[in-house]
Amino acid sequence: MPKNHGTYHLSAVKSQWRVPLLTWQLLLLLALLLFWHVMTQPGLLPTLMFDNDRQAAFFFGQPLMVAQRIWAWFVTDADIYRHLRVTLSETILAFIIGAAGGLAGGLWLALSQRMSQVLEPYIKALNAMPRIILAPIFGVWFGLGMGSKVALGVTLVFFVVFFNVYQGVKEVSPVVLANARMLGASGRQLLRYVYLPSATSWVFSSLHTSVGLAFVGAVVGEYLGSSQGVGYLILQAEGSFDINTVMAGIVVLTLFALVLDSLVGRVEKRLMKWQPKAGETEKL
Amino acid sequence: MAAAIELRSVACTFVSKDAPGQRYTAVQDVSLTVGDGEFVSVVGPTGCGKSTLLNVAAGLLQPSLGEVRMFGERLQGLNRRAGYMFQADSLMPWRSARDNVLAGLQFRGLPIAQAQAQADDWLRRVGLGGFGDRYPHQLSGGMRKRASLAQTLVMDPDIILMDEPFSALDIQTRQLMENEVLALWQSRKKAVLFITHDLDEAIAMSDRVIILSAGPASRPIGEFVIDLPRPRDVAEVKMTPEFTRLHKAIWAVLRDEVLKGYQQQLQAA
Repeated sequence: MPKNHGTYHLSAVKSQWRVPLLTWQLLLLLALLLFWHVMTQPGLLPTLMFDNDRQAAFFFGQPLMVAQRIWAWFVTDADIYRHLRVTLSETILAFIIGAAGGLAGGLWLALSQRMSQVLEPYIKALNAMPRIILAPIFGVWFGLGMGSKVALGVTLVFFVVFFNVYQGVKEVSPVVLANARMLGASGRQLLRYVYLPSATSWVFSSLHTSVGLAFVGAVVGEYLGSSQGVGYLILQAEGSFDINTVMAGIVVLTLFALVLDSLVGRVEKRLMKWQPKAGETEKL
Repeated sequence: MAAAIELRSVACTFVSKDAPGQRYTAVQDVSLTVGDGEFVSVVGPTGCGKSTLLNVAAGLLQPSLGEVRMFGERLQGLNRRAGYMFQADSLMPWRSARDNVLAGLQFRGLPIAQAQAQADDWLRRVGLGGFGDRYPHQLSGGMRKRASLAQTLVMDPDIILMDEPFSALDIQTRQLMENEVLALWQSRKKAVLFITHDLDEAIAMSDRVIILSAGPASRPIGEFVIDLPRPRDVAEVKMTPEFTRLHKAIWAVLRDEVLKGYQQQLQAA
Protein backbone atom coordinates (compact mmCIF):
# COMPACT_ATOMS: atom_id res chain seq x y z
CA MET A 1 0.00 0.00 0.00
CA PRO A 2 1.15 3.53 -0.60
CA LYS A 3 1.85 5.48 2.54
CA ASN A 4 -1.23 5.24 4.71
CA HIS A 5 -3.71 5.47 1.94
CA GLY A 6 -6.62 7.54 3.11
CA THR A 7 -6.14 6.89 6.79
CA TYR A 8 -5.64 10.54 7.71
CA HIS A 9 -9.01 11.33 6.39
CA LEU A 10 -10.78 8.42 8.05
CA SER A 11 -9.11 8.75 11.41
CA ALA A 12 -9.97 12.44 11.44
CA VAL A 13 -13.62 11.56 11.07
CA LYS A 14 -13.33 8.83 13.70
CA SER A 15 -11.59 10.88 16.33
CA GLN A 16 -14.35 13.45 16.15
CA TRP A 17 -16.77 10.74 17.15
CA ARG A 18 -14.78 8.28 19.19
CA VAL A 19 -15.00 9.93 22.59
CA PRO A 20 -18.72 10.76 22.71
CA LEU A 21 -19.71 7.52 20.95
CA LEU A 22 -17.87 5.33 23.44
CA THR A 23 -19.28 7.39 26.29
CA TRP A 24 -22.80 6.83 25.03
CA GLN A 25 -22.19 3.12 24.61
CA LEU A 26 -20.82 2.83 28.16
CA LEU A 27 -23.69 4.88 29.56
CA LEU A 28 -26.16 2.52 27.92
CA LEU A 29 -24.39 -0.47 29.45
CA LEU A 30 -24.40 1.22 32.85
CA ALA A 31 -28.10 2.00 32.55
CA LEU A 32 -28.91 -1.61 31.68
CA LEU A 33 -26.86 -2.91 34.62
CA LEU A 34 -28.49 -0.42 36.94
CA PHE A 35 -31.94 -1.46 35.74
CA TRP A 36 -31.05 -5.10 36.28
CA HIS A 37 -29.71 -4.34 39.77
CA VAL A 38 -32.69 -2.28 40.85
CA MET A 39 -35.21 -4.82 39.59
CA THR A 40 -33.56 -7.81 41.26
CA GLN A 41 -32.09 -6.47 44.52
CA PRO A 42 -34.29 -7.88 47.31
CA GLY A 43 -36.10 -5.21 49.33
CA LEU A 44 -35.28 -2.33 47.02
CA LEU A 45 -38.62 -2.16 45.21
CA PRO A 46 -42.03 -3.52 46.17
CA THR A 47 -42.58 -6.92 44.48
CA LEU A 48 -44.57 -6.57 41.30
CA MET A 49 -44.82 -10.00 39.77
CA PHE A 50 -43.40 -12.33 42.38
CA ASP A 51 -44.65 -13.74 45.65
CA ASN A 52 -41.66 -12.55 47.63
CA ASP A 53 -38.79 -10.18 47.03
CA ARG A 54 -36.17 -12.92 46.61
CA GLN A 55 -37.71 -14.52 43.55
CA ALA A 56 -36.57 -11.88 41.06
CA ALA A 57 -32.99 -12.53 42.13
CA PHE A 58 -33.57 -16.27 41.91
CA PHE A 59 -34.78 -16.13 38.30
CA PHE A 60 -32.65 -13.36 36.86
CA GLY A 61 -29.53 -13.26 39.00
CA GLN A 62 -27.97 -10.07 40.29
CA PRO A 63 -25.33 -8.06 38.49
CA LEU A 64 -23.19 -7.64 41.59
CA MET A 65 -23.23 -11.34 42.32
CA VAL A 66 -22.43 -12.10 38.71
CA ALA A 67 -19.50 -9.69 38.87
CA GLN A 68 -18.33 -11.33 42.09
CA ARG A 69 -18.53 -14.74 40.45
CA ILE A 70 -16.46 -13.57 37.48
CA TRP A 71 -13.96 -11.94 39.79
CA ALA A 72 -13.65 -15.17 41.76
CA TRP A 73 -13.21 -17.19 38.55
CA PHE A 74 -10.50 -15.01 37.20
CA VAL A 75 -8.75 -13.62 40.31
CA THR A 76 -9.44 -15.02 43.75
CA ASP A 77 -10.09 -18.68 42.87
CA ALA A 78 -8.51 -18.46 39.42
CA ASP A 79 -10.15 -21.74 38.45
CA ILE A 80 -11.78 -20.78 35.15
CA TYR A 81 -8.61 -20.79 33.06
CA ARG A 82 -8.64 -24.55 32.72
CA HIS A 83 -12.20 -24.48 31.41
CA LEU A 84 -11.64 -21.49 29.19
CA ARG A 85 -8.60 -23.13 27.68
CA VAL A 86 -10.64 -26.20 26.85
CA THR A 87 -13.51 -24.26 25.31
CA LEU A 88 -11.24 -21.98 23.30
CA SER A 89 -9.10 -24.86 22.03
CA GLU A 90 -12.24 -26.66 20.92
CA THR A 91 -13.44 -23.52 19.18
CA ILE A 92 -10.18 -22.87 17.41
CA LEU A 93 -9.67 -26.49 16.39
CA ALA A 94 -13.23 -26.73 15.08
CA PHE A 95 -12.77 -23.47 13.24
CA ILE A 96 -9.47 -24.41 11.60
CA ILE A 97 -10.52 -27.93 10.63
CA GLY A 98 -13.95 -26.83 9.45
CA ALA A 99 -12.65 -23.86 7.46
CA ALA A 100 -9.83 -25.86 5.84
CA GLY A 101 -12.21 -28.70 5.01
CA GLY A 102 -14.81 -26.33 3.65
CA LEU A 103 -12.18 -24.56 1.53
CA ALA A 104 -10.81 -27.81 0.11
CA GLY A 105 -14.26 -29.32 -0.45
CA GLY A 106 -15.64 -26.16 -1.99
CA LEU A 107 -12.71 -25.82 -4.38
CA TRP A 108 -12.88 -29.46 -5.34
CA LEU A 109 -16.59 -29.59 -6.02
CA ALA A 110 -16.68 -26.24 -7.78
CA LEU A 111 -13.93 -27.32 -10.16
CA SER A 112 -15.22 -30.82 -10.78
CA GLN A 113 -18.57 -30.54 -12.48
CA ARG A 114 -19.33 -34.26 -12.46
CA MET A 115 -18.61 -34.65 -8.76
CA SER A 116 -20.75 -31.70 -7.79
CA GLN A 117 -23.67 -33.07 -9.80
CA VAL A 118 -23.40 -36.46 -8.11
CA LEU A 119 -23.05 -35.06 -4.61
CA GLU A 120 -25.52 -32.19 -4.88
CA PRO A 121 -28.56 -33.85 -3.20
CA TYR A 122 -26.40 -35.16 -0.36
CA ILE A 123 -24.88 -31.80 0.32
CA LYS A 124 -28.29 -30.20 0.27
CA ALA A 125 -29.57 -32.80 2.73
CA LEU A 126 -26.59 -32.41 5.05
CA ASN A 127 -26.96 -28.68 5.00
CA ALA A 128 -30.71 -28.74 5.61
CA MET A 129 -30.34 -31.13 8.54
CA PRO A 130 -30.29 -29.44 11.96
CA ARG A 131 -26.74 -30.54 12.67
CA ILE A 132 -26.91 -29.80 16.39
CA ILE A 133 -28.71 -33.14 16.79
CA LEU A 134 -25.47 -34.83 15.77
CA ALA A 135 -24.04 -33.88 19.16
CA PRO A 136 -25.30 -37.02 20.97
CA ILE A 137 -23.93 -39.23 18.18
CA PHE A 138 -20.56 -37.48 18.31
CA GLY A 139 -20.67 -38.02 22.07
CA VAL A 140 -20.92 -41.75 21.47
CA TRP A 141 -18.31 -41.77 18.74
CA PHE A 142 -15.69 -39.49 20.20
CA GLY A 143 -16.43 -39.73 23.93
CA LEU A 144 -17.07 -36.91 26.35
CA GLY A 145 -13.68 -35.26 25.81
CA MET A 146 -12.80 -32.52 23.39
CA GLY A 147 -13.21 -34.69 20.29
CA SER A 148 -16.99 -34.67 20.22
CA LYS A 149 -17.16 -30.89 20.68
CA VAL A 150 -14.65 -30.26 17.92
CA ALA A 151 -16.59 -32.59 15.64
CA LEU A 152 -19.80 -30.71 16.29
CA GLY A 153 -18.12 -27.36 15.64
CA VAL A 154 -16.57 -28.71 12.44
CA THR A 155 -19.91 -29.78 11.00
CA LEU A 156 -21.28 -26.32 11.71
CA VAL A 157 -18.32 -24.40 10.29
CA PHE A 158 -17.69 -26.68 7.32
CA PHE A 159 -20.91 -25.95 5.51
CA VAL A 160 -20.79 -22.20 5.89
CA VAL A 161 -17.28 -22.07 4.45
CA PHE A 162 -18.01 -24.77 1.91
CA PHE A 163 -20.94 -22.95 0.36
CA ASN A 164 -19.10 -19.65 0.31
CA VAL A 165 -16.06 -21.12 -1.40
CA TYR A 166 -18.23 -22.98 -3.87
CA GLN A 167 -20.00 -19.77 -4.71
CA GLY A 168 -16.72 -17.87 -4.79
CA VAL A 169 -15.16 -20.21 -7.33
CA LYS A 170 -18.29 -20.23 -9.47
CA GLU A 171 -18.25 -16.46 -9.54
CA VAL A 172 -14.65 -15.91 -10.53
CA SER A 173 -14.83 -13.33 -13.28
CA PRO A 174 -14.61 -15.22 -16.59
CA VAL A 175 -12.53 -12.40 -18.02
CA VAL A 176 -9.96 -12.58 -15.23
CA LEU A 177 -9.86 -16.32 -15.71
CA ALA A 178 -9.42 -16.14 -19.49
CA ASN A 179 -6.77 -13.47 -19.01
CA ALA A 180 -4.80 -15.66 -16.61
CA ARG A 181 -5.03 -18.55 -19.06
CA MET A 182 -3.80 -16.36 -21.90
CA LEU A 183 -0.91 -15.29 -19.70
CA GLY A 184 0.07 -18.93 -19.58
CA ALA A 185 -1.26 -20.14 -16.23
CA SER A 186 -1.39 -23.92 -15.92
CA GLY A 187 -4.30 -25.64 -14.20
CA ARG A 188 -2.41 -25.75 -10.94
CA GLN A 189 -1.41 -22.09 -11.24
CA LEU A 190 -5.01 -21.10 -11.96
CA LEU A 191 -6.03 -22.85 -8.75
CA ARG A 192 -3.35 -21.17 -6.70
CA TYR A 193 -3.31 -17.69 -8.19
CA VAL A 194 -6.88 -17.19 -9.36
CA TYR A 195 -9.42 -19.55 -7.80
CA LEU A 196 -7.93 -19.57 -4.32
CA PRO A 197 -7.54 -15.78 -3.86
CA SER A 198 -10.96 -15.22 -5.36
CA ALA A 199 -12.53 -17.79 -3.06
CA THR A 200 -10.64 -16.38 -0.06
CA SER A 201 -12.60 -13.18 -0.20
CA TRP A 202 -15.78 -15.23 0.06
CA VAL A 203 -14.33 -17.26 2.90
CA PHE A 204 -13.59 -14.10 4.83
CA SER A 205 -17.09 -12.82 4.35
CA SER A 206 -18.23 -15.97 6.14
CA LEU A 207 -15.52 -16.11 8.78
CA HIS A 208 -17.34 -13.98 11.32
CA THR A 209 -20.29 -16.35 11.13
CA SER A 210 -18.10 -19.43 11.24
CA VAL A 211 -16.13 -18.31 14.30
CA GLY A 212 -19.44 -17.81 16.07
CA LEU A 213 -20.60 -21.25 14.96
CA ALA A 214 -17.39 -22.93 16.10
CA PHE A 215 -18.03 -21.37 19.52
CA VAL A 216 -21.63 -22.59 19.45
CA GLY A 217 -20.45 -26.11 18.64
CA ALA A 218 -17.98 -26.14 21.52
CA VAL A 219 -20.35 -24.73 24.14
CA VAL A 220 -23.39 -26.78 23.08
CA GLY A 221 -21.23 -29.90 23.01
CA GLU A 222 -20.01 -29.20 26.52
CA TYR A 223 -23.48 -28.42 27.68
CA LEU A 224 -24.73 -31.80 26.48
CA GLY A 225 -22.10 -33.77 28.29
CA SER A 226 -18.57 -33.06 29.42
CA SER A 227 -16.31 -32.80 32.41
CA GLN A 228 -14.68 -29.47 31.64
CA GLY A 229 -15.19 -26.26 29.70
CA VAL A 230 -17.29 -23.16 30.19
CA GLY A 231 -20.39 -24.99 28.94
CA TYR A 232 -19.78 -27.56 31.65
CA LEU A 233 -19.58 -24.82 34.30
CA ILE A 234 -22.91 -23.45 33.12
CA LEU A 235 -24.45 -26.91 33.15
CA GLN A 236 -23.24 -27.52 36.72
CA ALA A 237 -24.54 -24.17 37.95
CA GLU A 238 -27.90 -24.75 36.33
CA GLY A 239 -28.16 -28.12 38.07
CA SER A 240 -27.93 -26.35 41.43
CA PHE A 241 -30.14 -23.39 40.37
CA ASP A 242 -27.18 -21.05 40.70
CA ILE A 243 -28.47 -18.49 38.21
CA ASN A 244 -25.68 -16.02 39.00
CA THR A 245 -23.03 -18.47 37.83
CA VAL A 246 -25.03 -19.26 34.71
CA MET A 247 -25.17 -15.55 33.94
CA ALA A 248 -21.48 -15.16 34.68
CA GLY A 249 -20.73 -18.00 32.26
CA ILE A 250 -22.81 -16.31 29.58
CA VAL A 251 -21.01 -13.00 30.12
CA VAL A 252 -17.59 -14.66 29.87
CA LEU A 253 -18.60 -16.50 26.69
CA THR A 254 -19.92 -13.30 25.15
CA LEU A 255 -16.73 -11.42 25.93
CA PHE A 256 -14.57 -14.11 24.37
CA ALA A 257 -16.80 -14.35 21.32
CA LEU A 258 -16.28 -10.61 20.88
CA VAL A 259 -12.53 -11.03 21.21
CA LEU A 260 -12.47 -13.82 18.62
CA ASP A 261 -14.62 -11.77 16.30
CA SER A 262 -12.33 -8.77 16.51
CA LEU A 263 -9.33 -11.03 15.87
CA VAL A 264 -10.97 -12.27 12.69
CA GLY A 265 -11.73 -8.68 11.76
CA ARG A 266 -8.08 -7.81 12.17
CA VAL A 267 -6.86 -10.72 10.05
CA GLU A 268 -9.47 -9.88 7.44
CA LYS A 269 -8.29 -6.29 7.30
CA ARG A 270 -4.73 -7.43 6.69
CA LEU A 271 -5.51 -10.00 4.03
CA MET A 272 -8.32 -8.17 2.29
CA LYS A 273 -6.61 -4.83 1.86
CA TRP A 274 -7.04 -5.13 -1.91
CA GLN A 275 -10.80 -4.83 -1.58
CA PRO A 276 -12.28 -1.43 -2.32
CA LYS A 277 -13.69 0.39 0.67
CA ALA A 278 -16.34 3.02 0.36
CA GLY A 279 -15.10 6.57 0.47
CA GLU A 280 -11.44 5.78 0.32
CA THR A 281 -9.67 8.92 -0.78
CA GLU A 282 -6.11 9.99 -0.80
CA LYS A 283 -5.24 13.10 1.13
CA LEU A 284 -2.82 15.16 -0.91
CA MET B 1 6.90 -16.37 -44.87
CA ALA B 2 3.69 -17.64 -43.36
CA ALA B 3 1.19 -15.13 -41.99
CA ALA B 4 1.24 -14.52 -38.25
CA ILE B 5 -2.47 -15.25 -38.01
CA GLU B 6 -4.46 -17.06 -40.60
CA LEU B 7 -8.12 -17.96 -40.23
CA ARG B 8 -9.30 -20.39 -42.93
CA SER B 9 -13.07 -20.47 -43.53
CA VAL B 10 -13.84 -20.35 -39.84
CA ALA B 11 -17.42 -20.77 -38.64
CA CYS B 12 -18.69 -20.64 -35.08
CA THR B 13 -22.10 -21.99 -34.16
CA PHE B 14 -23.32 -21.78 -30.59
CA VAL B 15 -25.84 -24.23 -29.25
CA SER B 16 -28.11 -23.07 -26.46
CA LYS B 17 -27.49 -25.10 -23.31
CA ASP B 18 -31.13 -25.15 -22.29
CA ALA B 19 -32.61 -25.84 -25.70
CA PRO B 20 -30.20 -27.85 -27.90
CA GLY B 21 -32.43 -27.17 -30.90
CA GLN B 22 -31.63 -23.47 -30.76
CA ARG B 23 -28.50 -22.57 -32.64
CA TYR B 24 -26.84 -19.31 -33.34
CA THR B 25 -24.18 -18.96 -35.97
CA ALA B 26 -22.07 -16.00 -35.01
CA VAL B 27 -19.56 -16.05 -37.84
CA GLN B 28 -19.40 -18.06 -41.01
CA ASP B 29 -16.83 -18.60 -43.70
CA VAL B 30 -14.36 -16.11 -42.30
CA SER B 31 -10.93 -16.14 -43.85
CA LEU B 32 -8.44 -13.49 -42.90
CA THR B 33 -4.75 -13.10 -42.46
CA VAL B 34 -2.54 -10.84 -40.44
CA GLY B 35 1.05 -10.62 -41.64
CA ASP B 36 4.02 -10.51 -39.31
CA GLY B 37 4.32 -6.97 -37.98
CA GLU B 38 1.03 -5.94 -39.52
CA PHE B 39 -1.67 -3.98 -37.68
CA VAL B 40 -5.09 -5.18 -38.81
CA SER B 41 -8.41 -3.92 -37.50
CA VAL B 42 -11.75 -5.64 -37.73
CA VAL B 43 -14.79 -3.38 -37.60
CA GLY B 44 -18.43 -4.25 -37.78
CA PRO B 45 -21.82 -3.50 -36.26
CA THR B 46 -22.49 -4.52 -32.67
CA GLY B 47 -23.15 -8.19 -32.14
CA CYS B 48 -21.51 -9.27 -35.37
CA GLY B 49 -19.15 -11.74 -33.75
CA LYS B 50 -15.97 -9.66 -33.67
CA SER B 51 -15.05 -10.90 -30.22
CA THR B 52 -15.84 -14.46 -31.29
CA LEU B 53 -13.21 -14.18 -34.00
CA LEU B 54 -10.68 -12.91 -31.53
CA ASN B 55 -11.42 -15.72 -29.09
CA VAL B 56 -10.92 -18.19 -31.92
CA ALA B 57 -7.56 -16.63 -32.74
CA ALA B 58 -6.64 -16.80 -29.05
CA GLY B 59 -7.59 -20.45 -28.85
CA LEU B 60 -10.11 -19.72 -26.10
CA LEU B 61 -12.83 -20.89 -28.46
CA GLN B 62 -12.72 -23.83 -30.85
CA PRO B 63 -14.26 -23.03 -34.24
CA SER B 64 -17.08 -25.28 -35.42
CA LEU B 65 -15.55 -25.36 -38.89
CA GLY B 66 -12.32 -24.26 -40.44
CA GLU B 67 -8.91 -23.90 -38.94
CA VAL B 68 -6.56 -21.38 -37.39
CA ARG B 69 -2.88 -21.18 -38.23
CA MET B 70 -0.21 -19.25 -36.39
CA PHE B 71 2.97 -18.70 -38.37
CA GLY B 72 1.95 -21.63 -40.53
CA GLU B 73 1.32 -24.00 -37.63
CA ARG B 74 -2.12 -25.26 -36.91
CA LEU B 75 -3.39 -23.88 -33.61
CA GLN B 76 -4.33 -26.44 -31.02
CA GLY B 77 -5.48 -25.41 -27.59
CA LEU B 78 -4.52 -21.98 -26.32
CA ASN B 79 -2.47 -19.70 -28.49
CA ARG B 80 0.79 -19.48 -26.55
CA ARG B 81 2.34 -16.96 -28.89
CA ALA B 82 -0.45 -14.41 -28.46
CA GLY B 83 -1.15 -11.78 -25.85
CA TYR B 84 -4.79 -10.85 -25.37
CA MET B 85 -6.07 -7.52 -24.17
CA PHE B 86 -9.67 -7.84 -23.10
CA GLN B 87 -12.48 -5.35 -23.39
CA ALA B 88 -13.58 -5.73 -19.77
CA ASP B 89 -11.38 -5.29 -16.70
CA SER B 90 -9.15 -8.31 -16.62
CA LEU B 91 -6.69 -7.46 -13.86
CA MET B 92 -6.75 -9.66 -10.80
CA PRO B 93 -8.27 -7.40 -8.14
CA TRP B 94 -6.31 -9.07 -5.32
CA ARG B 95 -2.95 -8.25 -6.88
CA SER B 96 -1.22 -4.90 -7.01
CA ALA B 97 -0.50 -3.39 -10.42
CA ARG B 98 3.07 -4.70 -10.29
CA ASP B 99 1.97 -8.20 -9.30
CA ASN B 100 -0.58 -8.16 -12.09
CA VAL B 101 2.00 -7.19 -14.67
CA LEU B 102 4.44 -9.84 -13.55
CA ALA B 103 1.76 -12.56 -13.37
CA GLY B 104 2.55 -13.98 -16.80
CA LEU B 105 6.27 -14.07 -16.09
CA GLN B 106 5.53 -15.76 -12.77
CA PHE B 107 3.43 -18.40 -14.53
CA ARG B 108 6.34 -18.89 -16.90
CA GLY B 109 8.54 -19.65 -13.90
CA LEU B 110 10.81 -16.61 -13.99
CA PRO B 111 12.56 -15.81 -10.68
CA ILE B 112 10.48 -13.26 -8.82
CA ALA B 113 13.18 -10.56 -8.62
CA GLN B 114 13.70 -10.68 -12.37
CA ALA B 115 9.96 -10.63 -13.00
CA GLN B 116 9.59 -7.62 -10.72
CA ALA B 117 12.33 -5.73 -12.53
CA GLN B 118 10.70 -6.35 -15.90
CA ALA B 119 7.26 -5.46 -14.55
CA ASP B 120 8.55 -2.19 -13.12
CA ASP B 121 10.21 -1.41 -16.42
CA TRP B 122 6.94 -1.93 -18.30
CA LEU B 123 4.93 0.00 -15.74
CA ARG B 124 7.27 2.93 -16.37
CA ARG B 125 6.87 2.56 -20.11
CA VAL B 126 3.09 2.77 -19.91
CA GLY B 127 3.32 5.72 -17.54
CA LEU B 128 2.50 3.94 -14.28
CA GLY B 129 5.97 4.19 -12.76
CA GLY B 130 4.79 5.28 -9.31
CA PHE B 131 1.68 3.13 -9.17
CA GLY B 132 3.09 -0.38 -8.90
CA ASP B 133 1.84 -0.82 -5.34
CA ARG B 134 -1.71 0.19 -6.07
CA TYR B 135 -4.52 -2.29 -6.31
CA PRO B 136 -6.74 -2.17 -9.40
CA HIS B 137 -9.62 -0.53 -7.52
CA GLN B 138 -7.28 2.32 -6.62
CA LEU B 139 -6.51 3.02 -10.28
CA SER B 140 -8.64 4.93 -12.74
CA GLY B 141 -10.11 3.19 -15.78
CA GLY B 142 -7.35 4.50 -18.03
CA MET B 143 -4.65 3.41 -15.60
CA ARG B 144 -6.14 -0.06 -15.40
CA LYS B 145 -6.00 -0.28 -19.18
CA ARG B 146 -2.35 0.79 -19.11
CA ALA B 147 -1.65 -1.91 -16.55
CA SER B 148 -3.42 -4.44 -18.77
CA LEU B 149 -1.34 -3.30 -21.70
CA ALA B 150 1.86 -3.72 -19.68
CA GLN B 151 0.62 -7.11 -18.49
CA THR B 152 0.20 -8.23 -22.09
CA LEU B 153 3.35 -6.68 -23.53
CA VAL B 154 5.72 -7.78 -20.76
CA MET B 155 5.29 -11.30 -22.12
CA ASP B 156 6.73 -10.09 -25.44
CA PRO B 157 4.12 -11.96 -27.51
CA ASP B 158 4.57 -12.37 -31.27
CA ILE B 159 0.90 -11.66 -31.76
CA ILE B 160 -1.25 -9.15 -29.93
CA LEU B 161 -5.01 -9.54 -29.87
CA MET B 162 -7.02 -6.53 -28.72
CA ASP B 163 -10.75 -6.57 -28.11
CA GLU B 164 -12.06 -3.00 -28.06
CA PRO B 165 -9.49 -2.27 -25.38
CA PHE B 166 -10.27 1.41 -25.13
CA SER B 167 -14.02 1.43 -25.60
CA ALA B 168 -14.67 2.19 -21.93
CA LEU B 169 -12.34 5.20 -21.85
CA ASP B 170 -13.16 8.85 -22.31
CA ILE B 171 -12.13 10.38 -25.61
CA GLN B 172 -8.99 12.19 -24.40
CA THR B 173 -7.60 9.23 -22.48
CA ARG B 174 -8.44 7.09 -25.43
CA GLN B 175 -6.43 9.15 -27.88
CA LEU B 176 -3.48 9.16 -25.52
CA MET B 177 -3.66 5.39 -25.17
CA GLU B 178 -4.02 4.89 -28.93
CA ASN B 179 -0.92 6.95 -29.55
CA GLU B 180 0.98 5.06 -26.88
CA VAL B 181 0.00 1.72 -28.35
CA LEU B 182 1.06 2.92 -31.80
CA ALA B 183 4.40 4.14 -30.47
CA LEU B 184 5.03 0.85 -28.69
CA TRP B 185 4.03 -1.10 -31.76
CA GLN B 186 6.21 1.09 -33.99
CA SER B 187 9.27 0.44 -31.83
CA ARG B 188 8.82 -3.30 -31.97
CA LYS B 189 6.53 -4.45 -34.69
CA LYS B 190 4.24 -7.30 -33.79
CA ALA B 191 1.26 -8.72 -35.57
CA VAL B 192 -1.81 -7.00 -34.13
CA LEU B 193 -5.40 -8.04 -34.59
CA PHE B 194 -7.46 -5.16 -33.29
CA ILE B 195 -11.22 -5.36 -32.80
CA THR B 196 -13.23 -2.18 -32.60
CA HIS B 197 -16.59 -0.75 -33.47
CA ASP B 198 -15.06 2.68 -33.95
CA LEU B 199 -14.17 3.25 -37.58
CA ASP B 200 -12.07 6.35 -36.79
CA GLU B 201 -9.94 4.35 -34.41
CA ALA B 202 -9.57 1.51 -36.90
CA ILE B 203 -8.40 3.76 -39.73
CA ALA B 204 -6.13 5.90 -37.59
CA MET B 205 -4.24 2.92 -36.19
CA SER B 206 -4.21 0.17 -38.80
CA ASP B 207 -2.41 -0.98 -41.90
CA ARG B 208 -5.55 -2.73 -43.04
CA VAL B 209 -9.21 -2.58 -42.06
CA ILE B 210 -11.57 -5.52 -42.49
CA ILE B 211 -15.34 -4.98 -42.43
CA LEU B 212 -17.62 -7.68 -41.04
CA SER B 213 -21.25 -7.96 -42.09
CA ALA B 214 -24.06 -7.78 -39.56
CA GLY B 215 -24.76 -10.97 -37.61
CA PRO B 216 -25.87 -13.71 -37.57
CA ALA B 217 -23.40 -15.57 -39.74
CA SER B 218 -21.19 -12.53 -40.28
CA ARG B 219 -18.37 -12.69 -42.73
CA PRO B 220 -15.86 -10.20 -44.07
CA ILE B 221 -17.43 -8.04 -46.77
CA GLY B 222 -14.71 -5.55 -47.41
CA GLU B 223 -11.04 -4.94 -46.93
CA PHE B 224 -9.22 -1.63 -47.15
CA VAL B 225 -5.53 -0.95 -47.13
CA ILE B 226 -4.76 2.14 -45.07
CA ASP B 227 -1.74 3.73 -46.70
CA LEU B 228 -1.49 6.74 -44.41
CA PRO B 229 2.12 7.57 -43.59
CA ARG B 230 3.60 6.49 -40.26
CA PRO B 231 4.36 7.38 -37.55
CA ARG B 232 0.85 8.69 -37.04
CA ASP B 233 -0.76 10.80 -34.40
CA VAL B 234 -4.33 9.56 -34.08
CA ALA B 235 -5.72 13.05 -33.49
CA GLU B 236 -3.81 14.72 -36.32
CA VAL B 237 -4.25 11.98 -38.89
CA LYS B 238 -8.01 12.41 -38.63
CA MET B 239 -7.67 15.94 -40.05
CA THR B 240 -5.99 14.82 -43.28
CA PRO B 241 -7.93 14.59 -46.56
CA GLU B 242 -6.73 11.02 -47.16
CA PHE B 243 -8.29 10.00 -43.89
CA THR B 244 -11.61 11.56 -44.89
CA ARG B 245 -11.47 9.83 -48.26
CA LEU B 246 -10.83 6.43 -46.67
CA HIS B 247 -13.46 7.02 -44.03
CA LYS B 248 -16.04 7.83 -46.70
CA ALA B 249 -15.21 4.77 -48.75
CA ILE B 250 -15.30 2.40 -45.76
CA TRP B 251 -18.38 3.95 -44.22
CA ALA B 252 -20.26 3.44 -47.49
CA VAL B 253 -19.75 -0.30 -47.02
CA LEU B 254 -20.23 -0.33 -43.27
CA ARG B 255 -23.35 1.84 -43.09
CA ASP B 256 -25.75 -0.67 -44.58
CA GLU B 257 -24.48 -3.34 -42.23
CA VAL B 258 -24.83 -1.11 -39.22
CA LEU B 259 -28.42 -0.35 -40.19
CA LYS B 260 -29.11 -4.04 -40.76
CA GLY B 261 -27.66 -4.92 -37.38
CA TYR B 262 -29.70 -2.21 -35.73
CA GLN B 263 -32.91 -3.41 -37.37
CA GLN B 264 -32.25 -6.94 -36.18
CA GLN B 265 -31.69 -5.76 -32.66
CA LEU B 266 -34.95 -3.84 -32.74
CA GLN B 267 -36.80 -6.90 -33.97
CA ALA B 268 -35.25 -9.10 -31.32
CA ALA B 269 -36.23 -6.70 -28.55
